[in-house]
Amino acid sequence: MRRILIALAIVAAPALADSDLPPAPLADTQLPDPKQEAQAKALMETIRCLVCQGQSIADSNAELAGDMRAMIRERIAAGEKPVVIRAWLVRRYGAWVTYEPPLDSATWLLWAAPVLLLGLGIFIARRSFRRRRA
Amino acid sequence: MKDSTKWAPLIAFILLASALTYGLAKPDNRNITSKMIGASVPSFTLPPAAAGLPGLSSAELANGKPHLVNIFASWCVPCIAEAPQLKAIAQAGVPVVGIAVRDRPEALARFLGRNGNPFRAIGADDASQVQMAFGSSGVPESFVVDGKGMILQQTIGPINPQDVPGVIAAVQAAR
Repeated sequence: MRRILIALAIVAAPALADSDLPPAPLADTQLPDPKQEAQAKALMETIRCLVCQGQSIADSNAELAGDMRAMIRERIAAGEKPVVIRAWLVRRYGAWVTYEPPLDSATWLLWAAPVLLLGLGIFIARRSFRRRRA
Repeated sequence: MKDSTKWAPLIAFILLASALTYGLAKPDNRNITSKMIGASVPSFTLPPAAAGLPGLSSAELANGKPHLVNIFASWCVPCIAEAPQLKAIAQAGVPVVGIAVRDRPEALARFLGRNGNPFRAIGADDASQVQMAFGSSGVPESFVVDGKGMILQQTIGPINPQDVPGVIAAVQAAR
């Protein structure tokens, strides 16, 4: 019996990392207005969960992700624009929190890379075709 | 083809492979530092989280005295380990105030009874909204706030015994 209890305690220990408060009302409840809910959902899918750092808050079961979803739904329901909410989060956690990286001095190469690589490809192809013809 | 161009792809590959290996081998830093350092405390008002202690608002953090704001919870295990350090910091004369994330009054009272109460005020942040406004992503985290309500420093994770003098010095320097 004691062994079973110890084993149970080991298995159940990670549960201690969560509070025993229920999720915030809007964490897992859709907004009544489908248009607003669609806006909120689209934003949630591009915000990174701060606890499970590879998931979006739309996919994460972490409590903080639930509270972030609730915050987004509340603000959208109050008429705030998704761009403003994203900017609010980026101001606090950095551009890292969004899956849509803004264009700045650190990310310009990311945005320019497809064009640059395509240009390089065209350049190499033209040179090698010209050589073959000659 | 010239000799130099023949080797170019191999050299490019080696450079890319070593850059990627370096990136993979470098230890991962999962701490998310708040970008609010250097900015004013976001405006908030939180109700009291425990009987007998006042709640917390951003106005009180700008009352002319520096504070240590500890974001914690009774359900957070590292917060228990941090309690003696917070006690030492409070005994050194630093006003320590708390933000209790997703907590219940009775659980918080039990936590304070067992681990001691270094807090002058504790606000109840039931939906992590103020935690988010600080740019904090977990418990425990501590922020040094100066007398005008400016956030100066963030400690992610528990304050360890060796960190105590540094935190006291940071709050005293914030005057």
